[in-house]
Amino acid sequence: MTDEPIKGGRTGSTRRGFLRQTAAAGAGLVAGAAAARADGPDPLITEVQGWASSFGDPVDAAPYGLPIHFEDHVVRRNVEWLTESPVSSINFTPIHALEGTITPQGCAFERHHSGAIELSKSEYRLMINGLVETPLVFTYADLERFPRHVLTAFCECAANGGMEWGGAQLEGCQFTQGMIHNMEYTGVMLRDLLNEAGIKPEGKWVYAEGADASSNGRSMPLEKALDDVMVAFYANGEALRKEHGYPVRLVVPGFEGNMWVKWLRRIAVYDQAVESREETSKYTDLMPDGRARKWTWVMDAKSVITAPSPQAPIRHGAGPLVITGLAWSGLGKVVRVDVSTDGGNTWHEARLSGDVKPKALTRFHYDMTWDGQEMFIMSRCIDETGYVQPTKQALRDIRGLNNVYHNNGIQVWWVRADGEVENVEIA
Amino acid sequence: MSRSRKLLIGTALAASLAAPALAERLGLGRPALPEEIAAWDVAVLPDGTGLPVGSGDVLTGEEVFLEVCATCHGEFAEGLDSWPVLAGGRGTLTDPRPVKTVGSYWPYLSTVFDYIHRSMPFGGAQTVSVDETYAITAFLLYSNGIVEDDFVLSNENFTEIVMPNVDGFYPDDRAETEHPLFSAAPCMENCRTAAPEITKRAVDLGVTPTDPDGRPAGTIPPL
Repeated sequence: MTDEPIKGGRTGSTRRGFLRQTAAAGAGLVAGAAAARADGPDPLITEVQGWASSFGDPVDAAPYGLPIHFEDHVVRRNVEWLTESPVSSINFTPIHALEGTITPQGCAFERHHSGAIELSKSEYRLMINGLVETPLVFTYADLERFPRHVLTAFCECAANGGMEWGGAQLEGCQFTQGMIHNMEYTGVMLRDLLNEAGIKPEGKWVYAEGADASSNGRSMPLEKALDDVMVAFYANGEALRKEHGYPVRLVVPGFEGNMWVKWLRRIAVYDQAVESREETSKYTDLMPDGRARKWTWVMDAKSVITAPSPQAPIRHGAGPLVITGLAWSGLGKVVRVDVSTDGGNTWHEARLSGDVKPKALTRFHYDMTWDGQEMFIMSRCIDETGYVQPTKQALRDIRGLNNVYHNNGIQVWWVRADGEVENVEIA
Repeated sequence: MSRSRKLLIGTALAASLAAPALAERLGLGRPALPEEIAAWDVAVLPDGTGLPVGSGDVLTGEEVFLEVCATCHGEFAEGLDSWPVLAGGRGTLTDPRPVKTVGSYWPYLSTVFDYIHRSMPFGGAQTVSVDETYAITAFLLYSNGIVEDDFVLSNENFTEIVMPNVDGFYPDDRAETEHPLFSAAPCMENCRTAAPEITKRAVDLGVTPTDPDGRPAGTIPPL
C-alpha cells in the first residue's frame, strides 16, 4: 500500500480505506468466485484518477532512469558483520524480488577486495606476457577491434551460502543465495587475444589480475582460457558498471565468481599455477581431515525458490500460488527442477520458463493450489551431466562444516499457515 | 582425470579445431617493453620464479611491521579486533573453529611475498620496497615459529623455506568423490520415513538486517 498522494487526484482520501476493507475480507478465504466478487463499485475504476486526467512526466525528465520509487526495496543489501571492512566485502542481489533470468546491473551484487575503482577507457591498458612469443600491450581501442561474441552466464561468488554451512543463519534468499548475478555479455574471446601474442608450447596456465590494489590474481588451466573465457566490455547491453569492472572484466562461465577478474590489466602465461593468495589462503575448501581442496573452480548445480521466501511472504491467502525460483549449474544446462512442498517426501517437476542456456541462470515455475496449511518448500536442480543438487546434510557428510565455499545444498523454506516464511533446516 | 577437466579439455579441442581464425593474427596491440613488464608482472610463483633480487632480516621486518602493519595485524601478527590473524593457529585445522594463518594454513612462502608486495598495506598498496617485503616476510616466518630471530631472507635462500602446511592441499576431487554419489536418479515419492522436523531456524539468531517493522530488510511491501 502506498502513502503517496495521487498526482493531481481528487479522490485520494477514500481509496485507502476501501483497499483495507477488501484486503481484510479476502484474507484467509479460499480464492474463488466468492472472494473475487466486489462488495461495491471500486472507486479506482468508477472515479477518474489523477493519472487518467493530467500529465505524467515529460520525456526529458530522466535521461537515464531509475526504477519507480514503489520498488525501493529492490536494492543491494549488505550485512556489516560478515567482513571487517566495507571495501573488502560483499553485498547481495535482491533475487527475492526479481523474475526471469537477467539481473538488472544496478542491483547486481558486488564483491571487492580493495573497493570499486574508477578506471577510464583512455587510461586502460591490458598486458599479455609470460610464455608468449610476443608480449603485448593493448589499449581499449585495440580491444574494440577484435571479433566480438555474446554469451550469457551467471557469476556466483564461491562464498554464496557460505554462512549457512553451519545452520540456518540469515533470513531471506537475498542473503543466503544472493551473491549472484546473470548478465548477457559482449566482448572478445580470451583465446583470440592469446593467439595474438602466441602461446609457447610450455605455457600451461593462464594468470589474470586486475588493476585494483588487491589485484585479485587467479590462475586457470590453459584449456579453460582457450575454451569459453571472455574479455567482456558490455553487460546487459551497456558498458560494465564501475563496480563490475569497468571498462573490462573477465567472464569465466561456470567458474567461481572470484576468477571473474575485474578491471583486468594483465594476462600472463606460465608453466605452473601462481598459487596466489586468492587460490591458497582463500578459495580453498577445508575438509574434515584438516587438508583442503584447492582449484575448486566449477560451481555445481544449485537452485533456490525465490518466492515464497522470507522476504516474499504469502499475503493473498489460500488458493492459486506461484512458486518461482532460479536454478543454475557450472557444468552445463539445467535440464530439470523438482519442487517439494512437504519437506522432500514428494517431488513434482517444475516448468523451466524461457530459454535454457548453459552455465546461466534458469527460471523455473511451479503452479499449485495452497490449502493454507504449513509447508516445507524445497527445490532440486538436475543438470545435463545427471548431477542432482544434494541436500546440505549430504554435503556435510563428505565435507564437514568448515568448507566455507561451494555450498549448493538444497534450501528449505518453512511456509507457516499465516503465510510468513522462514529459513530453516529440517531433519 | 576428473570428469570436469575432461569436459573442459574436450570442448577446448573442439573449439580450436572449429576455429581456423586462431591461426590468423590481426596485428592489434604493440610489443610490451621490458620496463612495462617489470612494472606490472611482480607475481612470484611457488618455485621462486619472479623473485626480485633483495633481502631482509627479522629485526628489520619487525620495525617495518610495527610501522605499517601492526595497527591492523597486531605487534605480533596476531590480529587486532577482527583484522586477519597472520600467526598462530598451528594444529587447529580439524578444530570446530580452525585458525587459518600464514603459519597454520598457507602452503607457499611465495604467496606471502607476492601478496604483501602487491596488495599490502591495505589502503596503501605497492608502497613497500622489495627489501622491506623480504624483511616483513622474514618477520612473519619468525612470528610463526618457523625461523630464528637472526634469520635473513633473500632471493638466494627463499625457496629453501618449506611452509608447515605445504602438503595440506589437493586439487578438486569432486568429480570422483561427489558427482557419482549425486548423479543417481532422485526419489520422487515417499522419500521420507518421518514427517519433517525443524532443527534450525534463522530467526533464532536474529542477525539479518531488518526493515523498520522488524521484517528482513527488503521484504516486499504489502499491496
